This record gives sequence, structure tokens and C-alpha cells, in this order.
Amino acid sequence: MDLLEYQGKQYFARFGVPVSPGAIAETPDEVLEAASQLGYPVVVKAQVQVGGRGKSGGIKIALGPEDARAHAQAILGMDIRGHTVRSVWVEPASEVVREYYASFTLDRAAKAHLAMVSAQGGVDIEQVAAQNPAAIARLYIDPFVGFIPPQAKELVERAGLDERAQAGTASVLMDLYRCFVDGDADLVEINPLVLTPDGTVHALDAKVTLDDNAAFRHPEWAEFAATAELDDRERMARQLGLQYVGLDGFVGIIANGAGLAMSTCDVVNQVGGRPANFLDIGGGASAEVMANALEVISSDANVRSIFINIFGGITRGEEVANGIVTALARVDIKVPMVIRLDGTNAEQGRQILRQVESDMVISAPSMMQAARLAVSLAGGTR
Amino acid sequence: MSIFVDSSTKVIVHGLTGGQARFHGLRNRDYGTKVVAGVNPAKGGQEVEGIPIFANAAQAREATGANASFVAVPAIVAPGSILEAAAAGVEVIVCITEGIPAQDEARVYAELSHRYPSSRLIGPNCPGVITPGECNIGITAGEIALGGGPVGIVSRSGTLTYQALYELKQMGIGVTTCIGIGGDPVPGTSFVDCLAAFEADPATKAVMMIGEIGGTEEEKAAEFISQTMSKPVVCYIAGVTAPPGRRMGHAGAIISGDKGTAKAKMDALSGAGAKVATNPTEAGELMAEVVRSL
Repeated sequence: MDLLEYQGKQYFARFGVPVSPGAIAETPDEVLEAASQLGYPVVVKAQVQVGGRGKSGGIKIALGPEDARAHAQAILGMDIRGHTVRSVWVEPASEVVREYYASFTLDRAAKAHLAMVSAQGGVDIEQVAAQNPAAIARLYIDPFVGFIPPQAKELVERAGLDERAQAGTASVLMDLYRCFVDGDADLVEINPLVLTPDGTVHALDAKVTLDDNAAFRHPEWAEFAATAELDDRERMARQLGLQYVGLDGFVGIIANGAGLAMSTCDVVNQVGGRPANFLDIGGGASAEVMANALEVISSDANVRSIFINIFGGITRGEEVANGIVTALARVDIKVPMVIRLDGTNAEQGRQILRQVESDMVISAPSMMQAARLAVSLAGGTR
Repeated sequence: MSIFVDSSTKVIVHGLTGGQARFHGLRNRDYGTKVVAGVNPAKGGQEVEGIPIFANAAQAREATGANASFVAVPAIVAPGSILEAAAAGVEVIVCITEGIPAQDEARVYAELSHRYPSSRLIGPNCPGVITPGECNIGITAGEIALGGGPVGIVSRSGTLTYQALYELKQMGIGVTTCIGIGGDPVPGTSFVDCLAAFEADPATKAVMMIGEIGGTEEEKAAEFISQTMSKPVVCYIAGVTAPPGRRMGHAGAIISGDKGTAKAKMDALSGAGAKVATNPTEAGELMAEVVRSL
């Protein structure tokens, strides 16, 4: 789950990572009220989960109330790379001497935590990485040992940060690492981390990606779900507890297991169709889960046929078949459906399906045949 | 011959007294796997269908000589069970649990490497390992696997693993061992670990490898194939149509930018001399050709 900047900053603050005070606002009046409390000049920042906000005009400095109102009116409702701005974050403008970069992430290849610090912050860090990789100081951290102050000190020295910023940044890094580990994040990133004239450093931006698997030990994350950017189909799927990603094609996909679901999308594509979605009903899929999946898929107006691809491991064939039967009774499905069922108890499953088979509900013996059938029932390629 | 597990493997099932662990543990035993013990801290001394339950893995190992563990307990307790098995000296630990937080996985992996380097973790979030006719630990439906070799299978995806077993069986091709390494960020066993073990196994003559988008494990496998493998490798990579930056169902399957795309992986693998299929059925057909020419 990606957090908005202001949520990221609030998350940082919990672990002692210094951020500016500020307020979230959804209307120009709220922006003015926040600005007058915080004191001008303020920065008005669009809250969307996409980079390049500054270049798109989504971040503006307001010197006084007139500016603040004008910026608020311009930014609220603005479209930034397909994301509509629904709220802005207002904070006092910081005096910036230098802009740095700092992040922690899990490096899957190294199976270790990776810290990255650069004296060249404030710009697209991927560009820095591509053009001048030496400008980013990297440190691999053994998760069993953890990150210790001498490492933080060495890292900021190696990154070539201004001397007077080094101690402060090393301390920020220690707190940021706690935020990363104890906060169960996949990524914590500060760009820029700024040095101000008084010699202190603080986070001017915050990028935090939380690990959804850790939600069970973070009840406080519930509030973030409300602002997650999802389309209507994805929102419905999430409420029903399904692993769903909306795509732009016309063949609805239901499969068990992420690999098989991806492969099903690929195969549909290969025979000339386009998948409308990725939907993994996971292991142990019950009648309830299948009915929910069909409900989400049939709510998508672009779907012209549905391809159900199940290979039984944990998920047993008769459970899947019963799910389909139950769902057909519950959900009004207007498009043809092709079912491919194999694996554990597949024969029992196929037996159960026979009672509902028709022109609209068809069983297919193999994945490729099912894909071809689903695409042709959708009206062919296009 | 096989890798990691065979007819001499004796298995402890953690949490055998209930839930998924009981369901799959008993299925594994019915398949013929030597399930010799169960573990439940509150139910030591009891039995589940004739299998003795011990309070912990150390006691279970002491009493039964078990050398493998099957961990199917919930994500909140699975890391503890893995480390408990390793501390007891268990050599192969299979964890099918999904939803373990990445930070826990990273810590468990690091602790295993430091303190218990002789224990191998397979998974988590994987279908397990099967040497057909000898030992099945995990959730693979044993009846879809044909034994006897000559093909070894290693896969990051659960259902695509079954699909591969099934495609091969349809064509009468047997497997030595089939390992699902799981799609999580920090798997205990990697593609390269499995490729190296298959390369060293005299009964395995060819390897089928099933990968997916995200991470760099397939690229590392490509490097290993080009530098070290003498045996033919057939690959399939899922996720060609996945949009960048989106998480496709589990932690393993996420791509950012052009890194970790299916295309990049397929190019790396074919550049390394592997045969790359565009769908699971084609992977089976390519493997049939390879087997015919052995």
C-alpha cells in the first residue's frame, strides 16, 4: 500500500523522523485557514500517488492569502498524470540550503536491507542512478544484525554530505530505519531531505510503501485504506477481499494462484484477446469467494466473456464447481463463461458443473482451448 | 534419485492437530510420505491418526529421527516454527504459509544463514516439494505427478507448478523432483540453488523452470545456466501482459519500470541457451522434444 505524502510524513513522525508541521485541506477555505495558522509563506502540495507533481504545477509557494487561494483553486481538482487531486498538504515553506536523498528498501537479490544516501537529492533519483551511480552511497544491512550508528556515520560521510549536515542526517537515518523495519514498510524514501540555514535536517517529502502482509499487526493502517487510489472495480474487489487488478481488455479472468492468473492473462493475449482484469482467488477458494469474484467481473461493462481457469491444489475441484453453481444462482451473468477445471478432485467438479452447462456456461478441456473459446465468444479479437 | 527429499525423508508436521496443517499433513501421509511426528506446544503426548504429537520440534526430532519439517501454520507464527525446526537441526523445512510480512521473512532468512546454515528452507508461500512416489511435502496433488525422471521442475508459482506436472504427465514424462520455491520477496531456496542440485543429480537429465515477473532471480538463473549448467533447461515466464508498477496478486509479482519484466527475463534465459516457451502447454511440448533427444 502506497501512502500519500502527508500520510508518509505522519508515519515518519511516529518514529521521530523530523518533518514540518502542516495540515491537510480539501477546499480553498481550508487551505487559507491552515495557512494563517501555520504562518506565511506556505507550500501548497497536491496529494496524489504519482511523481512529477512539481513539474505538473501541483506544488506552489503562497506568500499570502491571495496566493494561497489562487493556488488552492488551481491545484484542487487538477489532473496529474491521470490522478485527480482531492486534497492538498499545506506546510510552512522551508529555507533550503541543500537537498539530499535517503531511503531504505529490501533488496530482494541481496536478501538484505539496502540503504541509499546521496548528496544529489531533490531531483529524479533514478536519473542520478543512471547517469552518475557513484553519487549514490549504498550500504547493505544484514537484517539479523540491524543498522547501527557507526554505519549511519560512515554512510553519510561516504555520500559526501556537507559536514554540518552529517550528524543530523545520521540520526535521521537511524529513525528512518526503525520506521522501515518496525513500521513494516517495503520502502521508505525521503527526497529531498533538506539542510536548513540553522544547520538542521528534515524531510521535505515522504514516500512510504507499506507491506500489506503486515496489516494484521498494524490496526492503525485502517485509516490509510480510505484514501487508496482504486478504480470502482478494484474498490469492490478489495471490499470482498479479492486480489484484483483492473486491466483494459474484454475477457474477464478468474484463476487460482497469482502465477496461473498471470499466465491466463498472457494466454488470452496470445490468442488475440485482451484481459479485462487479473483476479486471483487464491488457495482454498470457497463457493463464497467464487461468487464474489463473478460479481466483481460482471460489474465490469467491458467484459464480453469470462474465463475461469482453476487448477486444484489446495482449492478442490468440487468446491470451485459448487461456487460456480451458487454464484450463477446469485449473480446475473449476461456474458458467456468458459471454465477449465483440473487438478485435485477435478472430476467431481466437472460432474457438478454438468448440471449448469449451457450455451452460456461451457467447460473446456485445456487452458489453450479455453482461452481460444473465451476470446471467440467475446466476439473475437479486437 | 532426486533432490532434497526422497523415501528416507521423515517429516514433522508443525500444527498437525488442526487447520491446513492437519489437512495437508494427512494427505501427504496418505500419499506415502513418512510423516513421523506432529508438533503442538499445548498437545504434546497426544496423537493424530496414529501420528505422535510432541510439544516442540526438538523433542519430535529426538524421538523420531525426523529430518524434514512441514510448516503450514498461520503467518503470525510461521517464522517461529521455521526457526524452531532449524534450531532442532531439521535439514529441510518446507513452509507453505502465505502472507508472512517481508520484514519477518528477511529476518528469518538472515537468521537461518547465520545460525543454522545446514538447514534449507523451501518457501514460504510455496506449494512445497515432491519426489513422486517417495515423498510429498506440501499441497501438490500427488496424483498429477508422474515419477521416475528424467525431468526436474523448479517453479516460483504454485498453480503453474501443478500445470507443469500435469502437462508432462499427459505426455508420459516423469519427474525426479518438483520444487515450488514460492513467489515471496525472500524465498529460502532460489532458482540457482535448485538448478545446482539438479545439475548434480544423476537421475535428472533436463530441467523445467517456471518464473514470473518481478525481482532478479530468473536473471541470476540465466547466468548460472550459461556458466554452469550442462543439462538442457526449458523455461516459461508468466506475466507478459502485466502492467508495470502493479502488484499482481502476491509479493513476488511486481515490476517497476523495465526491471524484472517478463521480456527481460525471457531474453536473458534464451541468451543463456535455455529454451523459452510462451505458454505452459508449449513448455510441456518443448520439454517433450528435449526428452526425446536425450
